[in-house]
Amino acid sequence: MIAKFSHAADIISTVEFNHSGELLATGDKGGRVVIFQQEPESKSQPQCRGEYNVYSTFQSHEPEFDYLKSLEIEEKINKIRWLPQKNAAQFLLSTNDKTIKLWKISERDKRPEGYNLKEEDGRYRDFNTVTTLRVPVFRPMDLMVEASPRRVFANAHTYHINSISVNSDCETYLSADDLRINLWNLEITDRSFNIVDIKPANMEELTEVITAAEFHPNQCNTFVYSSSKGTIRLCDMRASALCDKHAKMFEEPEDPNNRSFFSEIISSISDVKFSHSGRYMMTRDYLSVKIWDLNMESRPVETYQVHEYLRSKLCSLYENDCIFDKFECCWNGNDSVVMTGSYNNFFRMFDRGYRQDVTLEASRENSKPRSVLKPRKVSTGGKRKKDEISVDSLDFNKKILHTAWHPLDNIIAVATTNNLYIFQEKLN
Amino acid sequence: MSGENEETQTAEETSVDEKEIQDKVISPEKAEEAKLKARYPNLGNKPGGSDLLRKRLQKGQKYFDSGDYNMAKAKIKNKQLPTAAPEKTEITGDHIPTPQDLPQRKPSLVASKLAG
Repeated sequence: MIAKFSHAADIISTVEFNHSGELLATGDKGGRVVIFQQEPESKSQPQCRGEYNVYSTFQSHEPEFDYLKSLEIEEKINKIRWLPQKNAAQFLLSTNDKTIKLWKISERDKRPEGYNLKEEDGRYRDFNTVTTLRVPVFRPMDLMVEASPRRVFANAHTYHINSISVNSDCETYLSADDLRINLWNLEITDRSFNIVDIKPANMEELTEVITAAEFHPNQCNTFVYSSSKGTIRLCDMRASALCDKHAKMFEEPEDPNNRSFFSEIISSISDVKFSHSGRYMMTRDYLSVKIWDLNMESRPVETYQVHEYLRSKLCSLYENDCIFDKFECCWNGNDSVVMTGSYNNFFRMFDRGYRQDVTLEASRENSKPRSVLKPRKVSTGGKRKKDEISVDSLDFNKKILHTAWHPLDNIIAVATTNNLYIFQEKLN
Repeated sequence: MSGENEETQTAEETSVDEKEIQDKVISPEKAEEAKLKARYPNLGNKPGGSDLLRKRLQKGQKYFDSGDYNMAKAKIKNKQLPTAAPEKTEITGDHIPTPQDLPQRKPSLVASKLAG
């Protein structure tokens, strides 16, 4: 992996490529969205795909105050999802805890010149000086990228929004909070349909919450949602208006002898992603990544250990709250490799076909730009080999929660706390 | 024949040993749980239950009211806001103050025109 680029920002809270991979959007804790654009391949260096440079920056959400509950509503962007491109403009949905917004990003590279009644700087001309008439013409100007909010979808969530997902029909999308999932039409902001409600009549009986939700990539009637108890429910919107009864429930049976205080906490699913093919889905819990075949509910077809060495550190990870960290995961373009983050600025890739995995590090100190990344290893036994890192020297404040993979090429975006790294595969 | 018996005995012993080792090795989680319970004996019996979930639903800092919230926001924005100079100890409530006890009145910035 080579060609690293890093961009310092506020704490990055979400990273997402658009459908062509040309644009990469990041959201941060301060409510800002920064979009990077890939430069077209240069003729002088055809092996190296274009670098990503800042294309547009805008303030998506502002902090708000809920007067009824006296609670602060953070402006932190929880998720960004791109709409498939239909015309010259690009559209994305961005959401904080309570409000989803549809943003239009458009380019302006021409401007009208030669007005009859106005000077070039906008001042009105004295009518007496106008002696001829001319037709204004469009002349090229420096590229200007404008972001404007086209829709604001508000007041539909009592709890905190954790996911948004655009439907393959390109007309609707879902938004999920801890207890409910709503279905929206992209054109209509004053109402949404509630399609899942797991709020118990008595809150004392609450046993699980919704942690993530996603629409199927090509079946517009199907979506899944994951829970804090490690289950995934697949729902079919054709069955009924309210999808409280799942069509399928995916759960790995647990050995009751192995159950501990931590079992449920580490089984909580922090992310669920369908494969591009739509045949599989991937879930991320605290210690592992699991691949499920949608045709088999009884157990995952593949399980990959991300950082099993943390199992003997659960006590301290509970005390410093790290056990509640929500790691995301992603597929590569042809679903052959999956990737997820870990601590110490490490991230892991698992090749499903070759049954290989690698640990890499995203940090300025350990890799120079345009150099190949060196695989890392965490030593678990007593003897630490040279170049290995012991579990106790891992920095748990350096966590990689958000990663994204280009939909077509082997280009990945990895967010550490304050920096964005973009790595490309070395082509020989 | 005796060789075989020896082998069987060794095999049985080994499997017992293995089981003991497995009991210790299979549950690093249980070892961690014991550690936690030792540190926090009052930890709820329901692991990952309602308390944790309810705390998760309630995420977000609570303020007394909107005034409190706006004050807190202003404090964050204006970290350079000059804090009031620490007042000299105000003498109130204990005894009737004398002129020497009262804080000095600052002289007016505008000099009197008469002094001109």
